[in-house]
Amino acid sequence: MLKKNLLAVFLALFFGLLFTGVVIAQQPTPSDDEVNAIAKQLYCPVCENIPLDVCPTTACAQWRELIRQKLADGWSEQTIKDYFVQQYGARVLGSPPAKGLNWLIYLVPPIAILAGVYVLYHAYRSWKRPSRAEESAPSNSLSDRDANQDEYIKRLENEVRKR
Amino acid sequence: MVANLGYGSLIIAFLVSIYGAGAAFYGARKNLPSLVDSARNAMLLTFPLLTVTALSIVYLLVNAHYEFPFVDEVISNSMPFYLRITALWGGQAGSLIFWSWLMSAFAAAVTLRKWNRDREFLPWVILVSLVTLAFFLILSIFVENPFVRLWQSPIGNITTSVLQPSGTTLYIPSNGNGMNPLLRHLGMIIHPPMLYLGFVSFVIPYAFAMAALITGRTDDRWIRLTRRWTLVAWLFLSLGLILGARWAYDVLGWGGFWNWDPVETASLMPWLTGTAFLHSVMIQEKRGMLKQWNMVLIILTYDLVIFGTFLTRSGVLSSVHAFAQSAIGPLFFAFIGLTFVASLSLLSRRWNDLRSDAEMTSIYSREGLFLGNNLLFIAVFIFCFWGVIFPVLTEALGIIGQKIPALAGIFNGQKITVGPNFYNSTTVYGFAGLALLMGITPVSAWRNSTAKTVGKSLIIPFALSLLIIPVLLLGGMRSIPAMIGFWICTFTIIVTVNEFWRAARARHRAQKENLLLAFWHLASKNRRRYGGYIIHLGAILMGLGIIGYYFFQTETQGTIPQGGQISLGQYTVTFDSLSVFNTSDNRNVARAVISAYKNGQFVGELYPRRDYYNESQQTVTIPGVRSTLEDDLYIILADWQPLSTTGATFKVYHNPLINWLWIGGFVFIIGMLWAAWPVKELEMVALQNSVPIQKQAG
Repeated sequence: MLKKNLLAVFLALFFGLLFTGVVIAQQPTPSDDEVNAIAKQLYCPVCENIPLDVCPTTACAQWRELIRQKLADGWSEQTIKDYFVQQYGARVLGSPPAKGLNWLIYLVPPIAILAGVYVLYHAYRSWKRPSRAEESAPSNSLSDRDANQDEYIKRLENEVRKR
Repeated sequence: MVANLGYGSLIIAFLVSIYGAGAAFYGARKNLPSLVDSARNAMLLTFPLLTVTALSIVYLLVNAHYEFPFVDEVISNSMPFYLRITALWGGQAGSLIFWSWLMSAFAAAVTLRKWNRDREFLPWVILVSLVTLAFFLILSIFVENPFVRLWQSPIGNITTSVLQPSGTTLYIPSNGNGMNPLLRHLGMIIHPPMLYLGFVSFVIPYAFAMAALITGRTDDRWIRLTRRWTLVAWLFLSLGLILGARWAYDVLGWGGFWNWDPVETASLMPWLTGTAFLHSVMIQEKRGMLKQWNMVLIILTYDLVIFGTFLTRSGVLSSVHAFAQSAIGPLFFAFIGLTFVASLSLLSRRWNDLRSDAEMTSIYSREGLFLGNNLLFIAVFIFCFWGVIFPVLTEALGIIGQKIPALAGIFNGQKITVGPNFYNSTTVYGFAGLALLMGITPVSAWRNSTAKTVGKSLIIPFALSLLIIPVLLLGGMRSIPAMIGFWICTFTIIVTVNEFWRAARARHRAQKENLLLAFWHLASKNRRRYGGYIIHLGAILMGLGIIGYYFFQTETQGTIPQGGQISLGQYTVTFDSLSVFNTSDNRNVARAVISAYKNGQFVGELYPRRDYYNESQQTVTIPGVRSTLEDDLYIILADWQPLSTTGATFKVYHNPLINWLWIGGFVFIIGMLWAAWPVKELEMVALQNSVPIQKQAG
């Protein structure tokens, strides 16, 4: 009886392990492209300004293998990126996370450009005020302006005749 | 002996620069023409002196004098003769000397021009040029001296010094490290001199601008005098950028040409402001407007030139701490600050004198559209500048967090990376707007154009250009941003080609010349206008390559055994063999043979390889590329199994249309050469007098 039970336990363990092994073996190894899709978004923590997917150093090859391993363990893309940030700092991210002082990277340029547009608009308005002399000048009349394009070829022909 | 000669020349060049700057200043203030002439001779003399210095360094490099650490760093026994010469700009100390030598060449060229009509500018141009030169010579003499030697004490300690310390003997290593293998490429051999030439030649228009501010001669004379200098500066800077992109594509092995690396972006910034300047000076020439703005732009361009050199030379990009520890960084920083503040204070003194002579009558006039162009260039510049400087700033501001613990959460001093996503997503609108303006501006006239006249001229090109959309849709394209990009390119090409056609046809009718001859004469007699249009065409062709690359690049990677295949789109590549061998120049090369098939048809063999340089212990990845007008198949040998060489990892990229980037680059350069080609002064004057367009309209 004892032998029978031992045999049953052994068989259960054996098939249990076999089944687990099969399940693990069936989990596909993440492809290079899957690894690179994440590595592309990360920067080499050691080299200057080189994305992790193309960095040729041995250290980077190991980091890419780490990504592969984490993917195989079922980690999501975001979790892997968070892990790298936790290990090596925010510099591994290609774009600074929008928090704290980093907001300035996204806010300052548009504000500066809008301020430039505002200044330009006011400058343009001040330039646009025509002087009295010009107001009376016939060249400003609408019909003349419309005729500009038709005059273009004539002017060009006159110009080339002179040469 | 040769080294002493070079070092002596360097010291004398520095002293002559200081003397020339002082004599020019004093001569101008005290109205002593003889002293100004003496300063002029001093400026002229810097060129032969620095030529001796540069040649002596080349001699040391060619003859492998390893007792000089500079030579030791950039030369090795296995390096060929031509690479030993180019090693002059392969290291920090040599590149600074090279910068100074080019600067002295340009300064000498300026000195030799006829100054009769512009005598009052002369001392101030000399002063600005020689102060800039003296600054770089200070760096070479006191911080990065290429003539420093290695000395060994009796107990074996190695020290560096120009002069022999007592009790030491000269230490001569048997071999050097050799130049960084990445720099041993034709593109890299030409790229830095071109970039430096661009940088250096922008000093000349800046010097004239400062002379105009100091003398109060604030008309457009300084702009007319420096028009060709500016074009030449822009030509070299553009050439430098294009060659840099090509080098990255050929050598860096990541399938692209531009990655918004801070060093790349630093060299793009003066190009952006310089291009804005190149356009806005035309408004001043034609309409007497934007005088203040042009001053701002040239000051900005000059300081960005120095800033670009500072970023690459100070170590500030790798770490703020490296910057603080180096002597070169703070010196650069101080020089940029001083020149910027001095220039702006001069500008503020003349601010009222620089008010516009005319008023802008329409935003659709050529000057209005040029203003839009300036706004877009500056917007792109702002994003670039902020993207480069922000990581440095956040790291430096960490000191606040250290001093005030309550603020440590915000000012944590953590280094961040601002990568391509930031730049691509922000600058794309600016570049698209600029491409569109290239299509609109040619049909607008100075002063009088209205929305109606411009619209009338554009309606047919617009309608024709829209035909590209169904063509793209039928071709299977679904990306809306890409379609917008291709539409802008088509529209601008149609307008630009039509401008050539209309003008050539007009001349053909008037002069009874055949169309080709008419076109040739027309383009020859108005080089700036038609050179500009050729440049625009080049830029648009480059745009096609950029759109193809950014929107449609695909890639895959796989590890395959010999005979194995990787597929990517229409392409299949087969790994035929891999050989590993040593070369006579001390490289260990792993070279794969790949057969490429497109839709099952054999299209050729490719040879991606990895070169390992034993001396410098660095690896260079050389891709195997099949290049056509339609696309590039770009294969990198990412890894291999060293024992059996039967399996290897390949990265395969498909880069559609990328060749148009290089073709556009050629067209761009041709346009610049066309525009900058010397024309007799008399001819130029006659040309200007013969185009009184707005007067005729009145």
